[in-house]
Amino acid sequence: MRAAQATLITSASPYGEEPADVLIAEGRLAAVGPEARERAEHLSADADLRHIDGTGHILLPGMVDLHTHLREPGREDAETVETGTRAAARGGFTAVHAMANSSPVADTAGVVEQVHRLGVESGWAEVYPVGAVTAGLAGEQLAELGAMAESAAAVRMFSDDGMCVHNPVLMRRALEYVKAFDGFIAQHAQEPLLTADAQMNEGEVSAMLGLPGWPAVAEEAIIARDVLLADHVGSRLHICHVSTRGSVEIIRWAKSRGIDVTAEVTPHHLILTDELVRSYDPVYKVNPPLRTEADVHALREALAEGVIDVVGTDHAPHPAQAKQCEWSQASMGMTGLETALSVVQSTMVETGLIDWRRFAEVTSTTPARIYRHEAQGRPIAVGEPANVILVDPSASAPVRPESHQSKGRNSPFRGMELPGSVRATFSAGQPVVLDGALAVSRTGRTAETMVDRTTGEGTGGTV
Amino acid sequence: MRHLLSTSALSREDALNILDTAEEMSGVATRHVKKLPTLRGRTVVNLFFEDSTRTRISFEAASKRLSADVMNFSGKGSSVSKGESLKDTVQTLESIGADAVVMRHWASGAAAQLADSGWTDCAVINAGDGTHEHPTQALLDALTLRRGWADRSGEALRGSDLAGMKVLIVGDILHSRVARSNVWLLRTLGAEVGLVAPPTLLPVGVETWPVTVHYSFDEALDTAPDAVMMLRVQAERMGGSFFPTVAEYTRRWGLTDERMARLEARFDGVSTPMVLHPGPMNRGVEISSAAADSVQNRVLDQVANGVSVRMAVLHLLLSGSRAAEPAAPSLPHSADRFSTGSSA
Repeated sequence: MRAAQATLITSASPYGEEPADVLIAEGRLAAVGPEARERAEHLSADADLRHIDGTGHILLPGMVDLHTHLREPGREDAETVETGTRAAARGGFTAVHAMANSSPVADTAGVVEQVHRLGVESGWAEVYPVGAVTAGLAGEQLAELGAMAESAAAVRMFSDDGMCVHNPVLMRRALEYVKAFDGFIAQHAQEPLLTADAQMNEGEVSAMLGLPGWPAVAEEAIIARDVLLADHVGSRLHICHVSTRGSVEIIRWAKSRGIDVTAEVTPHHLILTDELVRSYDPVYKVNPPLRTEADVHALREALAEGVIDVVGTDHAPHPAQAKQCEWSQASMGMTGLETALSVVQSTMVETGLIDWRRFAEVTSTTPARIYRHEAQGRPIAVGEPANVILVDPSASAPVRPESHQSKGRNSPFRGMELPGSVRATFSAGQPVVLDGALAVSRTGRTAETMVDRTTGEGTGGTV
Repeated sequence: MRHLLSTSALSREDALNILDTAEEMSGVATRHVKKLPTLRGRTVVNLFFEDSTRTRISFEAASKRLSADVMNFSGKGSSVSKGESLKDTVQTLESIGADAVVMRHWASGAAAQLADSGWTDCAVINAGDGTHEHPTQALLDALTLRRGWADRSGEALRGSDLAGMKVLIVGDILHSRVARSNVWLLRTLGAEVGLVAPPTLLPVGVETWPVTVHYSFDEALDTAPDAVMMLRVQAERMGGSFFPTVAEYTRRWGLTDERMARLEARFDGVSTPMVLHPGPMNRGVEISSAAADSVQNRVLDQVANGVSVRMAVLHLLLSGSRAAEPAAPSLPHSADRFSTGSSA
């Protein structure tokens, strides 16, 4: 074991408010305020004390992503749990939720336990596998939801993300069944018949480009149905990647009726529009598709006022060849873990729509509450688990996907000048990112560690 | 002009230049030796990922009349069918020494991707991409229409446009690359464009196009069109519930003998109404047999016009301009490409 480490962060601003000193020791926020320095001096006699000058920086709870594609098992050429959690840490996430569309699908206790174990071994961020709702994501029969809930991975979130649970009876049963273990269903709202062969948002741009349209109603119709189903059976529903103005209106109505629904928006839907598809560059191909400017503004306002609860990245790395091809052949999805903070700062904070306290809610507190996490999304207060990040909001740099930790280079933000930089990420007190670069994971891995695919063990760490 | 990818991006000046050049090229066809030395030593690749005998042969004839070397590459029965990517295929062809790629592809946007990709320095000519555009078809239609329009007005052909001409495009607009290319080009040349189709075969978003939309062919004929362009209705549309039956389609949107008679009545027998069809025609479906015969009279002209227009395009893109222009910047990733910026 390493020598006990402690970190003193001086003059950083929790939630962008009054600067304070914070001492991190033994995995927790040991002191906040004037006593942090005193405690640090007391400690430093026998402990390894690191000092970080946080002047001008913002201290936030580590971000929690309810929507991440880590691709392992099955598509390790696109991403692995190791590379995906490095990207998460680098992007300021202390917990990610790995979607079930791996190969094999995460529809059994065996697969979710594998992903869970790989996450524990990586030690860069906590990994919570999402279980499939239906076996093989086929939409025909329920996956072993109970077995996944009882497994070592203790799954609480279930989703066929990428596919819609479109059969209304199956959706009803899933919503009912997960009540047995306080789970929830995260729906990818896409009516399949209305979106057969769909390539982009249906509207003015698709008409001109001759690409089959993905109409907003295909999302909205499913959301409308599902909020009513959730109400009827009294269960918890989470809507993944809301992308249209109409969806916002339906969710607003459902919440006003007291229906237990939460909603997510991706960073890319807060900033990009279908105008970009005019380039036919498949880096802009994503599901749900980029919509119009009116949708973008409705989503921003909904996130600000609370109709939309959380930001989820839908981080979807793909190998180069999946995007270097004809638009209609290209895979859908964009990377997002390492740009999420910057995009949300740019679209929501710098526009004055939200402050950093609301930022912490939508990126950390609320997603953690939805999953019922105990150690994530906690307040910055004495005694709380030290899952926190230090952000330099004044930094600004063009996005360079080649410098990302993710294996995916399919960032739609390439070359865009975006604000904000994650300077440090603490996972249970361990500084996994320092000075804006990967440091040492909780399991002793570094950026140089090579992970043996057969044993899952890392070598070459510096511990 | 470095590539020809669409008519939506074609300026009036470039369009007229192509048409005027095509008129000059059509003179070559009447000479004893039907060949110009313009592109001697240049190589044009016909890269066809979708069957199209007529368009391919037209491009081949155009290239050969300009003395270019022609290579034909079919996406079927080649390495493409074994899973080779578009990128690898094109780079292979370029290393063979191609100067221009004429591409027909089933994917909308394939030609634009090729031009922007940095995979090749070749001039790219879009010979039809998915349901997006087919610019040379629109140019040859415009050549035909312009001759008819200039005939009627007595105006000089060279430099003239289609100002004031009323053109109806009838049929499956939703899935038609010919319709899209024609809409933009006809508007650029000053024509008034009406679209006639069942609502199911018009794209959502058509209301933003610079056209008049008619659901009724008969009402559209009341507007006294100068030309009617009929589009092919594909049998597979039946499966998508776009219309109830072929018979109903023909009754409502077909160019029947009765509608043909109404058109002809306008022209007092002095000249025949201009009815165009990009072919192949479904006789008895979107066009009656008699109307089809009338169109067929123009088909030979259209074939010749197709070669002339493609000669003009190849000539303008390739002759003397090798490496003269810097390549268009490929997908500049600057913030101004994002319509919703960070500063609201």
